[in-house]
Amino acid sequence: MGLAFLVLPLFGLLYRAPWSTLPARLQEPGILAALKLSLLTATLATAVSLVLGVPMAWVLARAEFPGRRLVRALVTVPLVLPPVVGGVALLLVFGRRGLVGGWLDATFGISLPFTTAGVVVAEAFVAMPFLVISVEGALRGADARYEEAAATLGAGRWTAFRRVTLPLIAPGVAAGAVLCWARALGEFGATITFAGNFPGRTQTMPLAVYLALEQDLDSAIVLSLLLLVVSVGILAALRDKWVAA
Amino acid sequence: MMLDARLVVRRAGFILDIELAVAAGEVVALLGPNGAGKTTALRSLAGLTGLDDGHVTLDGVRLDREPPERRRIGVVFQDYLLFPHLNALDNVAFGPRCRHVPRREAREAAREWLLRVGLAEHVRKKPRQLSGGQAQRVALARALAAEPKLLLLDEPLAALDARTRLDTRAQLRGHLASFPGATVLVTHDPLDALMLADRLIIVEDGAIVQSGDAATITAQPRTDYVARLAGLNLYRGHASGTSVRLPDGFTLVTAVPLAGDAFVAFPPSAVSLFSARPEGSPRNTWPATVTAMARHGDALRIELSGPITVAADITPAAAVQLDLALGRAVWATVKATEAAAYPA
Repeated sequence: MGLAFLVLPLFGLLYRAPWSTLPARLQEPGILAALKLSLLTATLATAVSLVLGVPMAWVLARAEFPGRRLVRALVTVPLVLPPVVGGVALLLVFGRRGLVGGWLDATFGISLPFTTAGVVVAEAFVAMPFLVISVEGALRGADARYEEAAATLGAGRWTAFRRVTLPLIAPGVAAGAVLCWARALGEFGATITFAGNFPGRTQTMPLAVYLALEQDLDSAIVLSLLLLVVSVGILAALRDKWVAA
Repeated sequence: MMLDARLVVRRAGFILDIELAVAAGEVVALLGPNGAGKTTALRSLAGLTGLDDGHVTLDGVRLDREPPERRRIGVVFQDYLLFPHLNALDNVAFGPRCRHVPRREAREAAREWLLRVGLAEHVRKKPRQLSGGQAQRVALARALAAEPKLLLLDEPLAALDARTRLDTRAQLRGHLASFPGATVLVTHDPLDALMLADRLIIVEDGAIVQSGDAATITAQPRTDYVARLAGLNLYRGHASGTSVRLPDGFTLVTAVPLAGDAFVAFPPSAVSLFSARPEGSPRNTWPATVTAMARHGDALRIELSGPITVAADITPAAAVQLDLALGRAVWATVKATEAAAYPA
């Protein structure tokens, strides 16, 4: 019964899809723009998450400091926070009159809300915890003694991390990055709140689906199908990694 | 002295405090029971554990405040810790590469080392494809390729089966002999220590209890551990002349007059057993009861309780003649001339 609950909506989507007009619809400019934007922002958000998240995972896994538990809890907040709330919070901080946004605007003339960069920020905000948790888990699982061995051979901490630890946790990092990318791709609430719904600029696939739903159900279904195919593809690719890990 | 160190490490319920001096080319073994502090000592020499007090001076340079990567050391770990994602060649080349030797030269040097340990055909193999003995040799080559001044070995043969251990021990002996730096080897296997080291340091409960070459230590053990190592019966008491009075009142007669605190030691083979109290010259005689019997090489090792606990080696024929069995009452004797006494 649980399986039916999960699978039925997907079947509904497939059943109701306008298969005959699918090829033509797929080539509509709006749909392609949304797809390209989604892929671009999800990839950028993953890149940002890697740059910020891997060091964070390292600190959480290896460093001993007071308040570590609190920091880890804070990192996982975006996981449980309703995405819309996340978007509002981002607006308050990065908006034109926000804590950081005001400074950014005054100093660099940079405004994040309602821009493509804003989409990347929103997606990274919700997706980074996945990466951090995945990499932290991989680091905890990796034997720290290899780093000791590297140190006795003359490797400084960065060299040891780069040449020994990173190769050993690469599968965990990859799995985390894929999860992060998939989550970023599917993000809606934070994106629409923080970045708005401007076609070509901030209208990612999920947002396009939402918009299309009000106008043309068949378009919405096509977009949904695309997202579904991508998501299922990701899951299928990941399944082996989970089993292997 | 190449290595001069005083290692003090304080933990809950345990304090390590030992002094160590090793010359260039010398191999010193830290031998002792589990929990003695030998591995802690090794790790503090490597810089993997901090010192609470003391110092480590290698070739005139103070090391105790330096992290491991700045010490000229090489470590062979008990389970080798070969990097799983690198093949044997790159594992061995790791040390030189960390010292900014260009990749090609590092690999050439690595190839040389692997040839020297007899693994020329295995250079491209990953650690999981190597046997225990091969992995051990790669670990040694990796440590030596970094051209350390101090080589540290933590139970280097412990992970090997008996047969491989024999061969590897012999090879290791050769490599250690040609290593110009100082070597400190930690082991709980006395045979490893005897075969590989020039000098033994016995560590128990964080302190050095005996130090010297193998012959001296086993001839005059100072603790139960060493006595068992040497296969001797050991007792401690108060000597007045040739009599040594043990704490519970029993007196052993020896051949060497001494005064004061003294040890008495004799091998199991010096103990003779009789069914009735014997006449004649042996000066130490006492009634005992058989508590255990086991084969020990060609002889039978008999454990006896009585005024003193003693282990005796008896020929099987003698055991049959005496009708030895558990619980049997016998008379044990040791000649005064065979009971060695020395100051405590």
